[in-house]
Amino acid sequence: MNLTATTVLIGFGNPGRCDDGLGPALVDAVSTLGLPGLTTESDYQLTVEDADLVAHHEVAVFADADVSCREPFRFHRIQPGPSARFSSHAVEAPEVMALAQQLFGATTRAYALGIRGYRFNAYDERISPEARRNLDAAVRFIEHVIRNRSFEEALTDTSEPSARGLAANNEDMK
Amino acid sequence: MTTTAKTKRIIIEPVTRVEGHGKVSIYLDENNQVQQARLHIVEFRGFERFIQGRPYWEVPVLVQRLCGICPVSHHLAAAKAMDLIAGVDQLTPTAEKIRRLMHYGQMFQSHALHFFHLVSPDLLFGFDADPAIRNVIGVAKKFPDLAVQGVMMRKYGQEIIKATAGKKIHGTGAIPGGVNKNLSIPERDVFLKDVEQMMNWARGSLKIAKDYTVEHLATLAPFGSFDSNHLSLVRADGAMDLYHGNLRAIDAVGNRIFDQVNYQRYTDYIAEEVKPWSYMKFPFIRSIGPENGWYRVGPLARLNTCDFIDTPEAEAARREFMAVTHDKPNNLTMAYHWARMIELLHSMEKIQALLHDPDLQKQDLVVKGQRRDEAVGVIEAPRGTLFHHYKVDRNDQVVMANLIVSTTHNNTPMNRAVQKVTQDHIAGKTEITEGLLNRVEVAIRAYDPCLSCATHAMGRMPLDVELFDHRGVMIDHRAR
Repeated sequence: MNLTATTVLIGFGNPGRCDDGLGPALVDAVSTLGLPGLTTESDYQLTVEDADLVAHHEVAVFADADVSCREPFRFHRIQPGPSARFSSHAVEAPEVMALAQQLFGATTRAYALGIRGYRFNAYDERISPEARRNLDAAVRFIEHVIRNRSFEEALTDTSEPSARGLAANNEDMK
Repeated sequence: MTTTAKTKRIIIEPVTRVEGHGKVSIYLDENNQVQQARLHIVEFRGFERFIQGRPYWEVPVLVQRLCGICPVSHHLAAAKAMDLIAGVDQLTPTAEKIRRLMHYGQMFQSHALHFFHLVSPDLLFGFDADPAIRNVIGVAKKFPDLAVQGVMMRKYGQEIIKATAGKKIHGTGAIPGGVNKNLSIPERDVFLKDVEQMMNWARGSLKIAKDYTVEHLATLAPFGSFDSNHLSLVRADGAMDLYHGNLRAIDAVGNRIFDQVNYQRYTDYIAEEVKPWSYMKFPFIRSIGPENGWYRVGPLARLNTCDFIDTPEAEAARREFMAVTHDKPNNLTMAYHWARMIELLHSMEKIQALLHDPDLQKQDLVVKGQRRDEAVGVIEAPRGTLFHHYKVDRNDQVVMANLIVSTTHNNTPMNRAVQKVTQDHIAGKTEITEGLLNRVEVAIRAYDPCLSCATHAMGRMPLDVELFDHRGVMIDHRAR
């Protein structure tokens, strides 16, 4: 497999719990764009076997709902590391990357795309209108980033610029 | 929650990502001895209402929204109920075997993941090892072969689920009266290629759990242990059956409380108690009452209730397991891990047998029948017995749903386990030590609780601990 131009986009969350489904919704939208070198995956949560998946790609992007980031999203680098979980079958993205590094010798770069959500505590398959706007901005953003492989340039957390500003810039990129 | 003037309160508040969040409160008396310990599980209610009004055939897919950890168990329990609603008492051989393959795949991946991801760090490094090392990353560094096995076993089970349920999220494989796909020869051959490897790894996993338990039996025997009743499904001949059977309950020494009960009548035998300090209900056996009628479910209970296991290697392992307690029920909390690995091997033996069964490639997938208005579906999920109960109106819409999940059955036992370890290990201390956290966590982990309610999203704290003195003043606070 040629690893030099491959990206895996993993969206995770529960589509039956309102804005918790933002990650899978992003993957659904991006999957239709026909981006070259892109593998997409959706699941309820990250699990250990995702380490094997990311190890086969140069870049991994983990897309999830975010309860507290600036609107509409934030995009930041992930470093491998353990999580402080108590009793959960799920893992967090840094843990996935640490396993990929330890077990499969992965040198994959990893990023997290947190999409601001607002409504989580109900059983509802609908994403809230506010989160839907953030999702649309995130789709445009990640499409541009993957097409141009501009992951480092697009980070929103290095100097904490307004993600809304980035999204607005992305409007100009269209 | 109230705190009396003469008790100190220690709170352990883990907020996990998907399975929900719980909190442990430990009440000390004036002499710093444990007066009471409570595990609070904040269960999000309302799922039953979410289902109401939906057509019954959608329910096996809808219920997977309930839990991102064990969606297959909910999918199959709901499908079993909806088989009966659709008037189908017996599936075709192909349909039942496809569902069983899906279920054993779920059991295999869940047990493997729990053991390697959550439990093996405790066993390999010791309960008191630095949490910075005592985690799956630590295992990956020091025991990389084991960690790879855990990952690949999980992946194997997940791929079986994907092949039989159609996809990872919101699988559609099981439908009222059957399944919507079989397993093609090419799909089958992918799994057959690795079956021997998986069998060997399952044997190895069982050996780790067994050797550890036997070697440390003197230490583990009292750890969070207590006598209890046990409940599970068993087959008509008494065999362990993870997919279907009748209810059997036994007491702590093996006397049968009830046996071969058709689970359509579960409400005649099981009731649920509400306590003011917990959101989660407390099930109990009606004939005994709430005080002493609580019971354990899951791998330990299943090993205790069944008469035998119908696969040779798991049966040999069961005999070894039961010999430790002289063929009486094993009431050791830490024996859950050994029992879980016996089921891991059993599931793999079942998967191997099913993959060689030509019925999986046949086309007779669905049966139809005369519509009914009410039904119960029960399955042995990885964590224990799972009940789905539905009523449907003449417009085919669900008007009532009641679910009793495995973690709810184990509510009282988990509280007992926490109380036991705190009494044994924490009493006399007035600060939150690593040893305190570790032992409470280890005891709860043995039950593999799935707090199936919470959403997950970035930005939650995983563990928060607060300590109050007898005046209600916080004197210590730690977050992990």
